[in-house]
Amino acid sequence: MGYHLASALLEEGHEVLIIEKNASYCDIINEELGSICYHGDGCEAATLTEVGTNRADMLVAVTGDDEDNLVACQIAKAKFKVPRVIARIRNPQNKLLFEKLGIDVPLSATELILEAIEKEVPTHPLTHLLTIGEKGLEIVEVRIPLSAKSIGKSVQELALPEESKLALIIPKDGKPSVPNAETVLQAYDQIIALTPPEHEGELRAILTGT
Amino acid sequence: MRVIIIGCGRVGAQLAELLDKDGHTVTILDIDANSFRRLSSEFKGTALVGNGIDQRALVRAGIEQADVLVAVTQGDNRNVMAAQIAKHIYNVPRVICRIYDPLREELYQMLGLEAFSPTTIFARLIRDKIEGKEEKRSG
Repeated sequence: MGYHLASALLEEGHEVLIIEKNASYCDIINEELGSICYHGDGCEAATLTEVGTNRADMLVAVTGDDEDNLVACQIAKAKFKVPRVIARIRNPQNKLLFEKLGIDVPLSATELILEAIEKEVPTHPLTHLLTIGEKGLEIVEVRIPLSAKSIGKSVQELALPEESKLALIIPKDGKPSVPNAETVLQAYDQIIALTPPEHEGELRAILTGT
Repeated sequence: MRVIIIGCGRVGAQLAELLDKDGHTVTILDIDANSFRRLSSEFKGTALVGNGIDQRALVRAGIEQADVLVAVTQGDNRNVMAAQIAKHIYNVPRVICRIYDPLREELYQMLGLEAFSPTTIFARLIRDKIEGKEEKRSG
């Protein structure tokens, strides 16, 4: 990551120095980006002194280990008064600690990937029970979550998509019933519904959206 | 007192035994279960497998009720991080860590940690012994 970061920064005209423990990576970087790589341990105060960290405007710690990034940033800040220190973290739980210690932490890769996954996976999925008819209508089951906007609304008020019908409501306490236009939805109601597949997303959003 | 020790190396294990004998409640954490072989069969404390910089492991080890946390793993940076998690996130009253590198030890003492460098301590100890002997001879 450091390599690509450096490459991009160099292109923008910044003065960049990379500190890398592994001698062969160091050689590769020096060959490809010019003599900008120093072979050493960025967590050692001695190393940071040697490379002139006191002149730096910013230190970015992107090793694979959160603890190493922490220490490099702390030394840079406390000993060399580097104005801005940024660290990459693997474990999102560490974010609070780093921020308390004055280290900026961008969203971790873990958090970004989780966000991307959650966007794809609906949190309250409809369970597909059966596909019927030539049109491929789906019979689906869904439970109304506690925070749903649909709670307290009548079936009529819900404005369900066309051809979507609520066939059965099974309340948490009580008997199953066939709903009509005036039936009001409650939390934890189990709904059996009929829907064309293309309206499924909309139905889910109306019933379980928060 | 309730003490959590991170790292069951030679020092960690010995410290655990000493505190245990003195009647303290000791929990020792190490990522390698094999390291617990260093503990004697009389050890009455708790040995847990876990990573000292993983907050979930620390909570399992009882950090929320701990009076003291000692970080003595083989890695200076891990010790420093565990110590700071204990201090800044969990407000453990007393936090002690080993930092082999004398320069980092100095920095972290400045930042408010009880940090000790065996390197410095031992070098000074030997110097004192050498100089002590030389004085005796010339005197």
